[in-house]
Amino acid sequence: MKFVYLDNAATTKIDSRVLKAMLPYFEKDYGNASSQHLIGQNAKNALEKSRKIIAKSISAKTNEIIFTSGGTESNNLALKGLFFENYPEKNHIITTKIEHDSILNTCKWLEKKGAKITYLNVNKEGFMNYKELEKSITNKTFLVTIIHGNNEIGVIQDIEKIGKICKEKGVLFHVDSCQSFTKVPLNVNKQNLDLVTLNSHKIHGPKGVGALYIRKGIKINALIHGGGHEKALRSGTENIPGIVGFAKAVKIAKKRDVKKMEILRNKFIKELLKIPNVNLNGPMKNRLCNNINISFNNIEGEAIGGYLESFGICTSTGSACMSHSLETSHVLKALGFSPLRANSSLRISLSKFTTEKEINYVINKIPKLVNKLRKISPLEGGKW
Amino acid sequence: MMKYSKKVMQEFLHPKNLGEIKNADGIGKVGNPICGDIMEVYIKVKDNKISDIKFKTFGCAAAIATSSMITQLAKKKTTKDAKKISINDVAKSLRGLPSLKMHCSALATDALKLAIKDYENKKKKADR
Ligand SMILES: Cc1ncc(COP(=O)(O)O)c(C=O)c1O
Ligand code: FES
Repeated sequence: MKFVYLDNAATTKIDSRVLKAMLPYFEKDYGNASSQHLIGQNAKNALEKSRKIIAKSISAKTNEIIFTSGGTESNNLALKGLFFENYPEKNHIITTKIEHDSILNTCKWLEKKGAKITYLNVNKEGFMNYKELEKSITNKTFLVTIIHGNNEIGVIQDIEKIGKICKEKGVLFHVDSCQSFTKVPLNVNKQNLDLVTLNSHKIHGPKGVGALYIRKGIKINALIHGGGHEKALRSGTENIPGIVGFAKAVKIAKKRDVKKMEILRNKFIKELLKIPNVNLNGPMKNRLCNNINISFNNIEGEAIGGYLESFGICTSTGSACMSHSLETSHVLKALGFSPLRANSSLRISLSKFTTEKEINYVINKIPKLVNKLRKISPLEGGKW
Repeated sequence: MMKYSKKVMQEFLHPKNLGEIKNADGIGKVGNPICGDIMEVYIKVKDNKISDIKFKTFGCAAAIATSSMITQLAKKKTTKDAKKISINDVAKSLRGLPSLKMHCSALATDALKLAIKDYENKKKKADR
């Protein structure tokens, strides 16, 4: 069966150029970057070259990048690392209700350790309120942590505005840019970003690699202790092939890919909105170029997703039925949607490899499947 | 998509006994408090046996598959026997359900029980 992969917010296919760049570091320059011999030093050079590429991509200095095992670890390091540095003098973190679990669950854990967390509301489109943020900052606040591009509904927050507020108030600003990296401009100076989480597998790089940008001078605790790698902030022999692949993925990311995804996405949304009784979740503007999240009212997300899968089309849903906890997505809940609308959601996320032909194939299938499922829905006819 | 048995997928993609029955003898409607999903079962009864049965579901793949399965299990059974169909009977006929999805099967058994009860109540009233 032919596959149409439209779950690129979950992860992406590795670019063949990335894979090719990685291979020598498995087979030839496989040394430990801490070793003094030639094979070790080749690895070390590759490590530092990669660091430079990633630093440059967000206008940071090379020594401000720490490599980690991915977005989750970077988020954990940022939050816990700063908490243990600032506690007990300061214990307050401000975040939003629409963060990735790697932020939310870290916050919940820190609450048990004495942190106070403010979870900011968002409006119906997913935008946070900058006044509410400003009002929430107290003399106990040490950190504001915000998701840049949202993984479920694609909303992009105005981080330059937030950065300005944080700078004025003298609190640190961390951004989770896993979804937005290479898709939305990131400039740590212009946008006043103090810490930035980046990862590789959302941009056609390998899984299990990420980075944390930490502005020079910021004191932060390590979570992983050992041989003192990565400025003693993240010990452990570096994943050179992964890091090289990550840097290659950053290097080959092109603005025109973003444009291409945007055009395809807009066409896709336009066609989907022609189906009666559907709602786009998240905003039209300031939305990640590859994200579509749509509710086909009166149909459960997993049901439409499952029907699409039977035609080889891979998507994802925020419906309760699909989560491990059987709870509706906290992001869609935060938008103020009824559980029924939230449970009816389907996320379609494109990549630079997505073609117009694939989109046409899916657009052609969806209305028929929606019709079929609506025929068996007790919600049709408004009896409930 | 969650990992489902072949049988679940077959019932999900090609469900039997879809829709409603216009002059149903009993109707059962349930909402699932856990996930917010909804199911309706309609029955026609003749000589104490379920002569026709249909369903409507707003729910996941497992919910659709279990409703389709329970209608097939209940058809032609006496109301007394149909009431006894358990979550496990449905799951077994579907060659297993993920443990997280067992409650979806409860949605189906509950809706059927309610439909039979509705029929019995109506009958009692008519007999009186
Ligand atoms: C916004 C966001 N933050 C963090 C992560 C976690 O990244 P990783 O999978 O590399 O741990 C993801 C992706 O899963 C994400 O979308
Ligand atoms: S009916 Fe909701 S999870 Fe199955």
